Amino acid sequence: MEILEYAFMQRALLAAVLVGITAPAVGIYLVQRRQALMGDGIGHVAMTGVGLGFLLSTSPVWMATAVAIVGAVLMELIRWYGRTRGDIALAMLFYGGMAGGVMFINLAPGGSNANLQSYLFGSLSTVSEEDVTAICLLAAFVVLVTVGLRRQLFAVSQDEEFARVTGVPVRALNLLTAVTAAVTVTVAMRVVGLLLVSALMVVPVAAAQQLTRSFAATFAISVAIGVSVTIGGTTTSYYQDVPPGATIALHTIGVFIALTVLATPLARRRARAVAAAEAAGDPAECSVPAQPAGKR
Amino acid sequence: MSKHTASGEAEAVISLRKVTAELGSRPVLRGIDLTVGRGEVVALLGANGSGKSTAVRTVIGQVPVSGGEVEIFGTPRRRFRDWARVGYVPQRTTAAGGVPATISEVVTSGRLSRARFGLLRKADREAVARAIDLVGLADRAKDSVNALSGGQHQRVLIARALASEPELLIMDEPMAGVDLASQEVLAATLREQVTKGTSVLLVLHELGPLEPLIDRAVVLRDGCVLHDGPPPRAVGQHALPGHDHVHPHPADTEPVRTGLLT
Repeated sequence: MEILEYAFMQRALLAAVLVGITAPAVGIYLVQRRQALMGDGIGHVAMTGVGLGFLLSTSPVWMATAVAIVGAVLMELIRWYGRTRGDIALAMLFYGGMAGGVMFINLAPGGSNANLQSYLFGSLSTVSEEDVTAICLLAAFVVLVTVGLRRQLFAVSQDEEFARVTGVPVRALNLLTAVTAAVTVTVAMRVVGLLLVSALMVVPVAAAQQLTRSFAATFAISVAIGVSVTIGGTTTSYYQDVPPGATIALHTIGVFIALTVLATPLARRRARAVAAAEAAGDPAECSVPAQPAGKR
Repeated sequence: MSKHTASGEAEAVISLRKVTAELGSRPVLRGIDLTVGRGEVVALLGANGSGKSTAVRTVIGQVPVSGGEVEIFGTPRRRFRDWARVGYVPQRTTAAGGVPATISEVVTSGRLSRARFGLLRKADREAVARAIDLVGLADRAKDSVNALSGGQHQRVLIARALASEPELLIMDEPMAGVDLASQEVLAATLREQVTKGTSVLLVLHELGPLEPLIDRAVVLRDGCVLHDGPPPRAVGQHALPGHDHVHPHPADTEPVRTGLLT
């Protein structure tokens, strides 16, 4: 394994594994509440943070984290209060964030859009020691929230109105989800890039759903898919010298297509079993008395 | 169980006094009074847009009240925290979210009001299993809710409300889109709860198979109480011009209701 002999590849692979775990772990709650594209929006806003990081010569990762959190909380607030024209407000936030990023980075001394490129689409060779420390800390936070509070987050994402009547702190949990999603975006930024983060949050979950019946299994399988595509994509990217973000995103979509093809006969068999069970169990649903359920 | 106020057992579990509420700028409730006594089963009837769902939603705090008072178990709604005593069935056609989930997982979220910090003890798991059994889905607890029929979705939503073993059930149109088999299961489940002393507030489109259980009916029209008393024969929804009285009677069996009278 010559790939592991280089320090920069060790860092890149470690970061990739953490991204593979955290992105689907947060993404599953976003998919569950049908806000699959929230990660994409946060990615756009985080660009302003990267730009500011360059302009102020501080760490772009921490700056992006701060700005992404502010953006995600704003989106959540818009969802609460601004039911009318909420989509327009979100659009302004997305494009304002992107424009801010491009503007700040060009204002930075010696800065150009070339610096932004690695943050937009991911880059292996530029993951620094400092980045790895930041990514480890942020990933630990994401895992703690998404696993530790899984029952509460499940309840809120499944049926917000009902969750409120169980006394679960819905607003606090929604804000926490937004913050966690923002943190995940910046965790994934160095490896997958801001513009492709959302693919890793959503597609593994969609792929896992092809096989699963329970939330717990969907969670486990989507994290497994996340880890395997990030490792696979990073390795391919190293040997073939292609951009890691795009490689990982394409791997993920490949897995989705493969599982969909595999799962189609499975789903058909399940549907038939359900139909059979219903016909046998609930004769009252038919106006004609059901035939005695014989050989089936 | 817990903090009873001075008035004790006689107190109402739900009490709305002169409650007004607006949605947007449109007044939906124009000063309604509504009480549900301990152990009582009250049906809230009325045409679409009469304010019956809004009235229920003021009780659980989903719709802000612009005037009047709402009390649950004698506590003003805004200070009420003891949600484990309340089981809520929202108006839904599906129990599914954007990700597959089993019946057991969905019903477990109804237990969170008793399981602090989301830690499930043995008693919590048993309560969840019991709630699923009550609605007759025990053999399907590990199945995905996506694979269920409309009536079965409603049964899951009711099991979720029962998981906290509530003293008060609030149900918004639990019979909407429910097939006959599920209607019978739901009526039987509800009867069992009522026998145990559970108080119930139900929003209904029509009385249907639940009629024998109902102690009192409150009929709303245009945000005002039109009738408060014994279940009406032909007022509210039934008396409206053009109201089609459609029961899902099976062609060749007894009417549903007779089978449900104990």
